[in-house]
Amino acid sequence: MLFLQCQQPRVPSPSASAPPFRPRVSVAAPLSVRVTGGRRAQAVVAMASADARLAGIASSIRVIPDFPKPGIMFQDITTLLLDPKAFRDTIDLFVERYKDQRITVVAGVEARGFIFGPPIALAIGAKFVPLRKPKKLPGEVISEEYSLEYGTDKIEMHVGAVQANDRALVVDDLIATGGTLCAAVKLIERVGAKVVECACVIELPELKGRDKLGDRPIFVLVEADA
Amino acid sequence: MGEQENNKIGGGGGGGGNNAMAVDEAASAKGKSVGAADPRLQGISDAIRVVPHFPKPGIMFNDITELLLRPGVFKDAVDMFVERYRGMGIAAVAGIEARGFIFGPAIALAIGAKFIPLRKPKKLPGEVFSESYVLEYGMDCLEMHVGAIEPGEHVVVVDDLVATGGTLSAAIRLLERAGANVVECACLIGLPKFKDFYKLNGKPVYILVESRK
Repeated sequence: MLFLQCQQPRVPSPSASAPPFRPRVSVAAPLSVRVTGGRRAQAVVAMASADARLAGIASSIRVIPDFPKPGIMFQDITTLLLDPKAFRDTIDLFVERYKDQRITVVAGVEARGFIFGPPIALAIGAKFVPLRKPKKLPGEVISEEYSLEYGTDKIEMHVGAVQANDRALVVDDLIATGGTLCAAVKLIERVGAKVVECACVIELPELKGRDKLGDRPIFVLVEADA
Repeated sequence: MGEQENNKIGGGGGGGGNNAMAVDEAASAKGKSVGAADPRLQGISDAIRVVPHFPKPGIMFNDITELLLRPGVFKDAVDMFVERYRGMGIAAVAGIEARGFIFGPAIALAIGAKFIPLRKPKKLPGEVFSESYVLEYGMDCLEMHVGAIEPGEHVVVVDDLVATGGTLSAAIRLLERAGANVVECACLIGLPKFKDFYKLNGKPVYILVESRK
């Protein structure tokens, strides 16, 4: 098997004086594709297309310094959502990856996971399950607590939404420390289902969210500096 | 259990709403028969679960999460909005946090429009417009990014459900302050009064099904 890897140079985050809604290439992503010999040419074309789309996606994300508090460089995907092609490409890249993996449920983490999860779910014919902050879901729920910098928070899932034989994706816009994503994964595993992969648009590798997820796979489109 | 008749021509409220008329006429031009209920509506209505006394006693909560567990029905709901708004020059779909985020983006993607999240306070980074609105007890606030809308753009506002219309009204005001032309508000579920294109702030509201007690 031939293992192709595409890597773009990382560009440092922009300065604090960035005007709103001007695209910044602040991110880069390794994208790996595993192909067998006969499909090499197709893979190269797919890679090139993925490269072009990733560049557009990366440049559509804007960085807001010192939000929500000083020292944090906030990766804002709302500008991606204002670019129909970038948004379309984002969803397509996930759908292409998952459409043949027999995924039966896409779980989205409130609230930005609600933006990316449902279009993926609709395209691959999977259920969509919202994972919500406490007291938002009516009826019977299960909860998973997780740590914040100061204190704890909780996410909830409806009882019965996910079954033990489900194959699940967990979707959020971004993985930072991995706390929320890990709690989400645990909720799904608690009912006996398998988390096939976590899927995020952006990763902040410096915050080592992957470590929290252990050996559970995660797929991201772009990486950014914390 | 009510069912919304799809694509009524010249829906209630006479007067203004040139854009509503345009939507109705265009929808009619697409060959949808007046008075025949779309067969997809039954599945949509059946998939809505009523949870009594949530979030507080006396409220019958219309819960869309069961619909999201039925991929065919979820797709039907999105398709019905897409069929209505495709080709109408809608530049943006604005979705109200959080359940408007579940439906709005799929509609936006299908019609080639931007998606604009309208959020609770302090969630959106950067410069925002804020609009307060009255709740039963107290006030709440909805925010939108400055620069998300170019003046004159045609916008559809999406939420899962409309009850009093307070939140939707705030969303309309927000968008209009930014110079948008709000063409219509689109919700899966609405109180029966919205069945006949009842106007909110002068804007038509389009619902798929009536809320259940």
